[in-house]
Amino acid sequence: MLTRTIALLLLPLVAATAIPAPALAQDGPLRITISEGVIEPLPFAIPTFQAETAGAEQLAADITRVAAQDLTGTGLFREIPAASFISTPASFSSPVAYPDWRAINAQALITGAVAVNGDQLTVKFRLYDVFTGAELGEGLQFAGTRGGWRRMGHKVADAVYSRITGESGYFDSRVVFVSESGPKDNRARRLGIMDYDGENRQFLTDSNSLVLAPRFSPSGDRVLYTSYESGFPRISLLDVASVGRRQVTTVEGEMAFSPRFTKDGQSVIYSVSTGGNTDIYRTDLGSGAHTRLTSAPSIETSPSLSPDGGRIVFESDRSGTQQLYVMPVGGGEPQRISFGEGRYGSPVWSPRGDLIAFTKQNAGRFHIGVMRTDGSEERLLTSSFLDESPSWAPNGRVLMFTRESQGSEGGPQLYSVDISGRNLKQVPTGGFASDPSWGPLQQ
Amino acid sequence: MNKFLVASLLCGALAVSACTRPDRFGAGAGAGADGMGMGAGAGLGQSGAIGQAGLGGAGDPRSPEYFQQSIGDRVLFAVDQSTLSPEAMATLDGQAQWLMTNTDYLAVVEGHADEQGTREYNVALGARRANAAREYLISRGVPASRLRTISYGKERPVATCSDPSCYAQNRRAVTVIAAGALS
Repeated sequence: MLTRTIALLLLPLVAATAIPAPALAQDGPLRITISEGVIEPLPFAIPTFQAETAGAEQLAADITRVAAQDLTGTGLFREIPAASFISTPASFSSPVAYPDWRAINAQALITGAVAVNGDQLTVKFRLYDVFTGAELGEGLQFAGTRGGWRRMGHKVADAVYSRITGESGYFDSRVVFVSESGPKDNRARRLGIMDYDGENRQFLTDSNSLVLAPRFSPSGDRVLYTSYESGFPRISLLDVASVGRRQVTTVEGEMAFSPRFTKDGQSVIYSVSTGGNTDIYRTDLGSGAHTRLTSAPSIETSPSLSPDGGRIVFESDRSGTQQLYVMPVGGGEPQRISFGEGRYGSPVWSPRGDLIAFTKQNAGRFHIGVMRTDGSEERLLTSSFLDESPSWAPNGRVLMFTRESQGSEGGPQLYSVDISGRNLKQVPTGGFASDPSWGPLQQ
Repeated sequence: MNKFLVASLLCGALAVSACTRPDRFGAGAGAGADGMGMGAGAGLGQSGAIGQAGLGGAGDPRSPEYFQQSIGDRVLFAVDQSTLSPEAMATLDGQAQWLMTNTDYLAVVEGHADEQGTREYNVALGARRANAAREYLISRGVPASRLRTISYGKERPVATCSDPSCYAQNRRAVTVIAAGALS
């Protein structure tokens, strides 16, 4: 019942405009109410996880908070405060007092326990559908190191999210981005990496040279980015674990930028400017062999591969203004897919394959939007002085992007929004930040 | 390289002024072949390092400061354009004359864009602007081997307000005089 209902709840995220709101109303305790376009979040209870070893109390409480914040942070769930609880489980294995949870209208109940042995951390949890009085899926246990405690909370929340929505989660994931500091006319930039919620921020490069637009590899182990370290824009490849890096493109006189990994992580698709003309190329990271994919006197840049690896969406001003085009991965005749008013740039193909997100510039405003891969059903999700560079959550349900405030004191921050345009919020980055690349779910 | 050939063919076929010549920067391109510290009397050392004695004041017409301040090191562009205005051409005529006189200097033409555009497109747009200025300088006789381009997109604004007056200053190509071999 829980599963079915939230599956319905997620449906409008795909085509909110196509489904009349009344169709979502249903009888029974799991009624979903939509009023003025706002979905009523599903109420859940998550009593503080049990500490099963001495001294695990604080970690148990902290891990519970991470899981709760992940779920409420989606905008799809609402946490019932502990002060409302009629009873709490005596232990992880205690029978669930369903009437006590029904009485406070909790529709989902999450229980958990935490044990610490030296540096080893074990977290287990169970999820219950309160109104049917049954466990939803089997209990799960995660084991890891103490330092990775936040990931344990994210793992619990991913499992809960996945069981209730039928979608994969996105909480145990990381984001690589450009951390910015200093005045607008002399800004220092360095690569940063953090958890999806802005925690565990670390720098990957120093700020001695300009860096632009990092991209995670499909497995999240490496990052491609544009670096001016040589004095000119070049593609650099960085290993996340060792922070070792090397230059990928070395042709003198060329400017190379806008790099993306291919699906196998073995090649880079990127732009080269030579003689004022910018086209898209592909280079094998192992052999260095390269192929030209576009040949036009216009600007072709910002490529993004389809998840099946077969097609590339990119931006081009061959029509006179920036528009989006799709071509086969090996090159070939591109098909224009954007036809609305204004200029379209920085397209990114959803990991689900169904949508392309983009930046749209029109009438002095910038928007993050999504469209189907044939360009139909365009929907704008945001509007501001300057929104750009969207990046998909690993489940294709949420976008993170750059929002820049105007004026001499203005600067970029990271925001996220779901694909229905709901739940817009800032991602904490401890300072100016731009160009997020959202990595895969961690293993 | 095949792509350079294609680029050259496209240039010829389209007669677009923004296309480049096939000249490439590289080893033995002749850049800085005259050596250092000649002509300008600017106190450059033999090693190629810039000496502490300086390059002469802005009053010295052979100094990079004079180039920057009196001739004008930058040209401005219209929104999303890389076409040179008559004013821009006049400035570049002066730059070309200076570069032809002071033959031991090289130049990097930096292309820039205003903040009203997406990041990667603006890098490409800056490249287009830098190349337009470079091509014009070449057309006025400056050897291609002495001119290199770079684009900073919208990442290096000189004016920081968010209105048209600042945007106009940021849509620019700046010719930066450099002594020594380009690498």
